[in-house]
Amino acid sequence: MTFELTGMVRERGFDLSLHVGSGEVLAVLGPNGSGKSTAMSLIAGLLRPDSGTASLDGRVLFDLGRPGRSHIWVPPHARGVALLAQEPLLFPHLSALDNVAFGPRSVGQPRGTSRTLAQRWLVEVDAEQYAERKPAQLSGGQAQRIAVARALAADPRLLLLDEPMAALDVAVAPAVRQMLRRVLHGRSAVIVTHDVLDALLLADRVVVVDGGHVVEEGPTAQLLARPRSAFAARIAGLNMVRGRREGHGVRGYDGLFVEGLAEEPVGEGEAALAVFRPSAVGVFREPPGGSLRNVIAVTITELEPQGDQVRVRTAELSADVTVAAVAELDLAPQTPVVFGVKASEVAIYRA
Amino acid sequence: MTRGSRQVGLPAWLIAPAAVGALFLVLPLAAMLTRVEWGNFFGLISSDSSVAALKLSLRTSSASTVLCVLFGVPLAMVLARTTFRGQQLLRSLVLLPLVLPPVVGGIALLYTFGRRGLLGHTFEVLGIQVAFSTTAVVMAQTFVALPFLVVSLEGALRTAGGRYEAVASTLGARPTTVFRRVTLPLVFPGLVSGAVLSFARSLGEFGATITFAGSLQGVTRTLPLEIYLQRETDADAAVALSLVLVIVAVVVIGFARGRGAI
Repeated sequence: MTFELTGMVRERGFDLSLHVGSGEVLAVLGPNGSGKSTAMSLIAGLLRPDSGTASLDGRVLFDLGRPGRSHIWVPPHARGVALLAQEPLLFPHLSALDNVAFGPRSVGQPRGTSRTLAQRWLVEVDAEQYAERKPAQLSGGQAQRIAVARALAADPRLLLLDEPMAALDVAVAPAVRQMLRRVLHGRSAVIVTHDVLDALLLADRVVVVDGGHVVEEGPTAQLLARPRSAFAARIAGLNMVRGRREGHGVRGYDGLFVEGLAEEPVGEGEAALAVFRPSAVGVFREPPGGSLRNVIAVTITELEPQGDQVRVRTAELSADVTVAAVAELDLAPQTPVVFGVKASEVAIYRA
Repeated sequence: MTRGSRQVGLPAWLIAPAAVGALFLVLPLAAMLTRVEWGNFFGLISSDSSVAALKLSLRTSSASTVLCVLFGVPLAMVLARTTFRGQQLLRSLVLLPLVLPPVVGGIALLYTFGRRGLLGHTFEVLGIQVAFSTTAVVMAQTFVALPFLVVSLEGALRTAGGRYEAVASTLGARPTTVFRRVTLPLVFPGLVSGAVLSFARSLGEFGATITFAGSLQGVTRTLPLEIYLQRETDADAAVALSLVLVIVAVVVIGFARGRGAI
């Protein structure tokens, strides 16, 4: 085990544990205010918990508030944990190259060596042509690349990425994500994100945090395919009905009944989840006849274009339809419609 | 906002009071200019006592500015970057000389460092006689000017925020390295503008100086004191010397503006 954290911050209602294996990238997902950034600050040493412990590669980073034990607190600069924030935060008075050389210089490497190293990292993030520029002369994407190089040049044992793509233009985010995928390979890292793509492409494992606690944890692909928390379902873009097993389906706690196929044996009355993709949902103005097992009357709350598709959102569920279908059915917010889903598209499993 | 891209119109009625305010500040200086005896200007400002006063003023103001930087930078850092009990009280006390009449400051200094003051005896044992010396002038100036540097720099530190420093520390930089390579460069314009304000305040210091240091030609009689004395005997010389102070102030502010500091 490379990294382990248990921490409690009373006034924020924060109390959680994380671990990151050697060479593993852990994604931390969660709604705003769920405690993701608190976790990052604890790991980086920028926030002191009321109690807890953390260790990295067998070295204790902090050990606080345990009766009978003396307190240990390693300051941020001595932790070997580099933090990459949402904003690049390049030092405005230094050139890109000197920004990247900052880490090596700070631990006493000579100027020349540091600059050579910085040059190498700039090449690694495809930003060598910006070496002499000041941060004010860089675009958001360029600056974030250089911030990545700066963090890696400090040779951290653990890299923290706090929503590294959130402040970027949608047009440049994919290229930065590809670059991160390349440089994160084989490194121990924790990435906080809102974006399911980040988790899918960058992380080996995911934890979902809500209200300062871990609510769900597992390998990325598995967790996104079979979410157990409402938040994970939403970010995975899946519909989820949470309730109890009833007959061939799940009776939601809100009364909604969805029929489906059980992926694992779930006993009658047991807590269960029914999950299906928005693309498996058909949208109708009138209840359709035929073999559809699930016909659900809903009211549209929002239409959200997603490429050549439109996501039709209602209070609980969503459906993906084509732009042509939206026009043909004359869909708009407040329109009452019927969602139809084949039972074979609905996966049922234990909550 | 970039120059020339004003989007919201200014209420027209603001212009009249703005003009009155500007005139009120500029007119007295203009009035003074009309009274300068240009023919004899250099004669008036080059008397022995005038030159001595100008030199003393520049020397002491420079010294007090250096002291303001040496003590003010750490003080601003402590106020902006830490939290502790009584911090608010400390901030209020540090800023007190800004609102205190300088004469009161002078009296306070006298009762601290004067021969019969709180620390006077200690100083006397050490063979140091502070009151009514050039050292006293520098101390009086530092007393009134230090808050300007602290206020200006603390504002700059708060605006810059601690985020760059946090990133620097996670990159492995020790607190001293962070201070030297990140904090100071980030707030350098604020530091320069604070130092300029302190220098200007020191240059104009009168009340605390005359109370604590007295008015000894070449030793404690700075330019403002000289002007005040000359006004009684030779009004023309007083006006000419005043103009010299105005020029020095304009040069200082122009220098600072040129560096983008204020």
